[in-house]
Amino acid sequence: MTEWLDEEAGPVVRPYAMTRGRTRPVGGDFDLIAIVMATGSASEAGAGAGLEPEHVAILDLCRRPLSVAEISAHLDLPVGIVRVLLGDLQTSGLVLTRAPQPAMEQPSKRVLLAVIDGLRAL
Amino acid sequence: MVSGHSEAGQGPLPTAVKILVAGGFGAGKTTLVGAVSEIRPLRTEETITEESTGIDDLSGVERKSTTTVAMDFGRITINSELVLYLFGTPGQDRFWFVWDELALGAIGAVVLADTRRLPDCFPSIDYFERRNTPFIVAVNCFDGAARHDPDEVRAALDIDASVPVMLCDARRKESSKEVLIALIQHVVESEAVSV
Repeated sequence: MTEWLDEEAGPVVRPYAMTRGRTRPVGGDFDLIAIVMATGSASEAGAGAGLEPEHVAILDLCRRPLSVAEISAHLDLPVGIVRVLLGDLQTSGLVLTRAPQPAMEQPSKRVLLAVIDGLRAL
Repeated sequence: MVSGHSEAGQGPLPTAVKILVAGGFGAGKTTLVGAVSEIRPLRTEETITEESTGIDDLSGVERKSTTTVAMDFGRITINSELVLYLFGTPGQDRFWFVWDELALGAIGAVVLADTRRLPDCFPSIDYFERRNTPFIVAVNCFDGAARHDPDEVRAALDIDASVPVMLCDARRKESSKEVLIALIQHVVESEAVSV
């Protein structure tokens, strides 16, 4: 499909077509900085897993841990779409996710001091 | 068998924390992020349905307009267990609900001030004060901009004496690092953070 379309042509598929119209993920709210890693490759999941190309793209990207925001940026997909796709992958056990800790309150002093040390070492 | 969420302190996945970088348009937010980030700043987009924020009802969906809000961000790997993300807040003042999502759980915020257009950072300061999000003000010393005394800037901004105000050069890695460290030290010293 990329052979006869250039970037100026705009998207060929309306974004939420990829999610079959769903705007909310199944389970989990996938914070922007939740970290995601694939538990295996798309080929291991097999054809029966019902994966769309975008699911496969996420699994390929997440061979190393990446945030939801990074997945969105790398695939040039809105965060909302990525969240729905991640919900599918999580339900199928194809990704591990780690929500930011703590999600609702400020990080602990221990974490803050570790960040200061890390920044100083840059 | 794999579980969807790994527990705290277990598993191979690092935990992420975030700092917000706010300020008026052109104040140097993405420049500061880019100066310290290990990756070229990335852009993520949220598609917002204007009338439906917080509402799940999909009836009348065709009357709602959608807007795209872009956020630039960078990443710093602190160690194998910890990753820091820096988010430039979307400049448009009407997207406060995106700020709400960004501010939730954030370590704090850096408000970048451009002394040539100081009032541009007022909305950011108002927002963080109202929300009790810890923040510092970093005056980005652009070439050609008159140098200001941080105390003069503090007076002009009418902010609390406890809020650090510092000068910086957002293009420089060392300077931007110092800004981030100053913010976190401010949080450690001023907040009742848990051990």
